[in-house]
Amino acid sequence: MAIKQKTLYEEIREAGHSRRDFLRFCSMMAAYLGLESSGVAQVVEALENNPRLPVVWFHFQECTCCSESFIRSSHPIVADIILDKISLDYTETLMAAAGNQAEEALHATMEKYHGEYVMLVEGSIPTENEAYCCIGGRSALEIVKEAAEGAKAIIAWGNCASAGCVQAAKPNPTGAKPVHKVLKGKTVINVQGCPPIGEVMAGVIVHILAFGRMPQLDRMGRPKAFYSRRVHDTCYRRPNYDAGLFVESFDDENAKKGYCLYKVGCKGPVTYNACGVIRWNNGTSYPIQSGHPCIGCSEEGFWDNGPFYQHLPSFPGFGIESNADKIGLGLGIATGAGIAAHFLATNVAKRKRIKNEDIVINEK
Amino acid sequence: MANRIVVDPVTRIEGHLRVELDIQNGKVVDAYSSGTMVRGIEIILKGRDPRDAWAFTERVCGVCTTVHALASVRCVENSLGMIVPPNAEMIRNLMFAAQYMQDHVVHFYHLHALDWVDVVSALSADPAATSTLAQSISKWPNSSPGYFSDLKKRLSKFVESGQLGIFANGYWGHNAYKLPPEANLMAVAHYLEALEWQKEIVKIHTIFGGKNPHPNYLVGGVPCSINLDENNAINAERLAYVGTLLGQAQDFINQVYIPDLLAVASFYKDWAAIGGGLSNYLVYGDLPMNGYNDPSSFKFPRGVIMNRNLNEVQEINPADLEEIQEFVTHSWYEYEEGDETGKHPFEGETKLNFTGPNPPYDQLNVEGKYSWMKTPRWKGNAMEVGPLSRMLVGFASGKDEYVEAVTGVLTALDVPVEALFSTLGRTAARGLETQLMTGWSMEFYNQLMANIKNGDTRTATTELFDPDTWPDEAQGVGMTEAPRGALAHWIKIKDKKINNYQLVVPSTWNASPRDAKGQRSAYEASLIGTPVDDPEKPLEVLRTIHSFDPCIACAVHLYDEKGTYVHQVETF
Repeated sequence: MAIKQKTLYEEIREAGHSRRDFLRFCSMMAAYLGLESSGVAQVVEALENNPRLPVVWFHFQECTCCSESFIRSSHPIVADIILDKISLDYTETLMAAAGNQAEEALHATMEKYHGEYVMLVEGSIPTENEAYCCIGGRSALEIVKEAAEGAKAIIAWGNCASAGCVQAAKPNPTGAKPVHKVLKGKTVINVQGCPPIGEVMAGVIVHILAFGRMPQLDRMGRPKAFYSRRVHDTCYRRPNYDAGLFVESFDDENAKKGYCLYKVGCKGPVTYNACGVIRWNNGTSYPIQSGHPCIGCSEEGFWDNGPFYQHLPSFPGFGIESNADKIGLGLGIATGAGIAAHFLATNVAKRKRIKNEDIVINEK
Repeated sequence: MANRIVVDPVTRIEGHLRVELDIQNGKVVDAYSSGTMVRGIEIILKGRDPRDAWAFTERVCGVCTTVHALASVRCVENSLGMIVPPNAEMIRNLMFAAQYMQDHVVHFYHLHALDWVDVVSALSADPAATSTLAQSISKWPNSSPGYFSDLKKRLSKFVESGQLGIFANGYWGHNAYKLPPEANLMAVAHYLEALEWQKEIVKIHTIFGGKNPHPNYLVGGVPCSINLDENNAINAERLAYVGTLLGQAQDFINQVYIPDLLAVASFYKDWAAIGGGLSNYLVYGDLPMNGYNDPSSFKFPRGVIMNRNLNEVQEINPADLEEIQEFVTHSWYEYEEGDETGKHPFEGETKLNFTGPNPPYDQLNVEGKYSWMKTPRWKGNAMEVGPLSRMLVGFASGKDEYVEAVTGVLTALDVPVEALFSTLGRTAARGLETQLMTGWSMEFYNQLMANIKNGDTRTATTELFDPDTWPDEAQGVGMTEAPRGALAHWIKIKDKKINNYQLVVPSTWNASPRDAKGQRSAYEASLIGTPVDDPEKPLEVLRTIHSFDPCIACAVHLYDEKGTYVHQVETF
């Protein structure tokens, strides 16, 4: 069957959105992607002329929060256009077909678009016993390896697919592993968080659509556009930290004034994510703004770095307990130094894992 | 001779579900439900800080996000004797209501609707007639001929592109689709509008809990503070935001969801006689108006109905060791005293006994063990949990608003009360409780506002937050009503750490395999008698399964890899 692929711009116009809407969308995406204003033209050009990408979305050991977050993406046309218009050919959560018909749809895309489709993975893969996660009678491990073979790009959604998340917390009873650990030699984009912010998920897809290559990744495989800043550094409560103004217990007088949550366990100083900038659900709020410490959900192994309500100097890897009850700038410097050391150490360990190679997608 | 068919994956659900069905003379004569994924979250919880458990258990499910967090903070509060402030109770109720409204609407449009709505048939709809239909059932403003004409064009181009995306390989044109093209087109319009709206209502979670999915909870209350004179706290602007979102939700549910539900149901009245299944219904109850320790104030009353007897509501006590038992006869593990035994969850250890075929496999051995789910029973009976159970218990309790809602829908559809016990009844009950929720959420909001106006801004009880104030040992149970039904967590705390933690979740009640006596659970029972026009396209099977809104990640999290069942509390 001949396939006429439409460009995103055509889809948007047919959906009844104006060119003005389209350009506003492109500007917004360019801004989120951290581009200079000249980059907007590139986004416009790419979305107008590139055909829709076939996409397959797998679910393994997960809770579906990533799918839910994706459909929360709030820009005027992302839910309408990106979600439907990338040609989402397989997703157990939303697809009409079930059973054999669903599996047929998957294989049709994998064959017809071999080497062309984008593979999205939500969930970790159990390795203790393959029978711990089966779909259509086949194991997650078998499915992920088969699909990766013909994928042009692989995106790991959320902490499960990027780092194993809650089921990989000690003692990891099912041997849950992230995608990059079962697909050796493949480049995987790790869109971290539990879940990732919806607009970040959409932004990564738009980046691939618009520029025909992968976004720049950090050494944990995370797109730099969204994961290069600590929550601490972009936190609007940061001046309270610097001034030594802390919440001592939940709902105390200081909590009612919105002071820094560091002493009730905030992991913002060791967490790289866009929460402080993009915020959640169309910029409505983010955990710290709503009075709860960051639990560090975009970091590998964050479940085992708790307890959540214990403040950071006793965080594993930080030898600065003596500063625990001092407040103010001195502590800030000490903590910062500890964080830098921690981050460097982590990066060295991960260095070999990620090869940030651009790949060409939708080459015209 | 029956013909065995397998549906795996069952799509448009949360998690990994497989059903095997025996078909004879165009009807299901037997059914087997199997959960095919495990994670082992309770074993991971052991030894951790009880105050952190809400975050771990919240990750059991991201579709019904919040419900496990709520059950978790309640079990810790119950074990330590903490009473949360009235504002925290109302904020929890508001988050609960937001979850129901979002989850039920998404279920109806995005998970269930394609069982009833033929997207391809919508292509032949007359936009003007669609407009007339839409305006005859609702005052929702997006209803002009031009609106439906644009949508039809958009849909036509989409289909012509050859890339059908999520609609590829659907059962379009199946004999079981009964809606006229205009109703199909209207439903497709609302499918897209619901997708747009659902991301709004969850902002209530973001305001109070910082994000959605997976907003933050707190043992002892809620993490946000109220301060009307502070930009960094819940103030008049934040509260007005919540009020606006609730108003929008009320409009969408009353003007779109409910009219659509009734319109679709009127074409499928035959489904009021299909899919009834079990005749026993169980509800823990929730939505306190006077503190969680006063069940008489619950909007969802607690109780059990046996044998569809709506004249009697029996009491239930999840803390009673005699009431709930679990069976492993057909689950992939074994009891030391023999697999025919039923055990209270607190009573012992269970070993995994994986007897299933190694993947890849074509069929499970349903004569033996065939699922990762254990089989819970109440006083030996298989129970259905969920929206239908809640509506029935409310109705049988004689609560006016339930009686009014139930009789209203029965009258509108011109069906007898027995019609409730069906696939259609389950789907209608979900709509009815969503409609009730729109009114209740305003009550929660008004009570919160009144309380703040009276000078009470407390949102957390922190006297017992510090583990140094805790006894050496403590234990408790936390219950709630998840959108999919009765949910409870049990915790045992020793030396400030979690000694044992267990969950019995709605989809375990409904989706589990047979028990020792061979009694089917709700999914399997309800599938018996379901017509199957074309075994290659088991659309009708999906209707009944989806009427339960399966949430399988919730149901199959209970075992570790050595087969140690986590329900291992020595005493309660």
